[in-house]
Amino acid sequence: MITKRIIPCLDVRNGRVVKGTNFEGLQDISSPVELAKYYSENGADELVFYDITASSEGRQLFSDVLKDVASNIFIPLTVGGGINSVEDFDRVLKCGADKVSVNSGAIRNPDLITQAARKYGDQCVVLSADVKRVDGQFRVFAKGGREDTGIEAISWIISCVKRGAGEVVLNSIDTDGVKKGFDLEMLEAVTNVVDVPVIASGGAGCAEDFVTLFHTLPKVDAGLAASIFHFGQVRIPELKQLLYKENISVRL
Amino acid sequence: MIAIIDYGVGNLFSLCCSFRAIGQDVIVSGDPAVLEKAEKLILPGVGAFEDAIAKLRNSGLDKLVLKKAADGVPLMGICLGMQLLFEKSYEYGEHEGLGLLKGQVVPMPGLLPAGLKVPHMGWNQIKKTKDSKLLQHVESGDFVYFVHSYFAINCTESVAAVTDYGIPMTAAVEYGNVFGCQFHPEKSGEVGLRILKTFCEL
Repeated sequence: MITKRIIPCLDVRNGRVVKGTNFEGLQDISSPVELAKYYSENGADELVFYDITASSEGRQLFSDVLKDVASNIFIPLTVGGGINSVEDFDRVLKCGADKVSVNSGAIRNPDLITQAARKYGDQCVVLSADVKRVDGQFRVFAKGGREDTGIEAISWIISCVKRGAGEVVLNSIDTDGVKKGFDLEMLEAVTNVVDVPVIASGGAGCAEDFVTLFHTLPKVDAGLAASIFHFGQVRIPELKQLLYKENISVRL
Repeated sequence: MIAIIDYGVGNLFSLCCSFRAIGQDVIVSGDPAVLEKAEKLILPGVGAFEDAIAKLRNSGLDKLVLKKAADGVPLMGICLGMQLLFEKSYEYGEHEGLGLLKGQVVPMPGLLPAGLKVPHMGWNQIKKTKDSKLLQHVESGDFVYFVHSYFAINCTESVAAVTDYGIPMTAAVEYGNVFGCQFHPEKSGEVGLRILKTFCEL
């Protein structure tokens, strides 16, 4: 049976990984290729790269980095950050991305999802949604979680899936960085209404949080995290052993 | 010489990289004169069946593929490329395939137990169903990466491995010199690279 996926997320600025630290036996922790190789050899099922550069110079560097990663790592790669047009899809796909995630670009122009899905297929288009509770409502935030768009999140996600988003990364701003577990309530609200894969993001503080996630919400397909993997608090092979022991299907 | 057939469908960057990683030179071409000289052929593909088979036919490459297959040249279809090898697909209508393998390609919805998502996307285990040259260096239980919404049926003659997605689903095929993987070997880590290497060494 298909397995639950464990996905480390790497933020890249000016060609280097931000936030990476504390890896045994890894010389250059901020080299995207070294880090991606490390994860790929240590049980990661997929990698997500976010380009957090704003300059066009940085963007070129990111393309070079991506090509380098894709030439050396043979697991699925999802790329996000600065995706505003079909041309941006084209740019990162040609560098070896398998899936492209859209966030603010889709908020500005929802038709981007429709166009990209038509051109590259639904499986290629990932909706990344940053969601926070405001006045008792789930609200979509833009610009890296800084700007309240006023858009209600659940209907927004449904409309994006209808337009052709083949996967949803749900990042809860409320639990992000808190490290007390994934936002199960928010995730359930989403898995109840869409039938494409849903990736949980934001809040993982320990391996048990992933067990709780998959036990409580069997419809969640994957768990994504950054710092707990980068800082070595959770090691993916050990996490997967734990999930396996808990009868959760994983790739060992 | 191993050639990847470029007929304007999908992105061949990762596939080329994976051959480079196993130390195998490949050429990517859509030129029948170049492909004619190939000792092995890879038929890739991502996207819709109707569009892909039309592109293959419009470029005349369908005839080349059929001729090379008839000459005994090892041919491997990957993902949609594997589906094109069959007689027919029912993806948005009814479309003739290359007919190198007996069987049809059908949509998953309605054939899966309730609660399973379409596409079948992620890592799943293969189970070998016959002695296979292509899969000789991998084991039942090995994980490979799938992304697809359609699958091949009525292909007992060629099926070499299945995967369990509520029902047993065709994962790899092999019939004489014609091979195919529904999964993406170029995205299936070390297991996938081993399968590509095996094909190169056939």
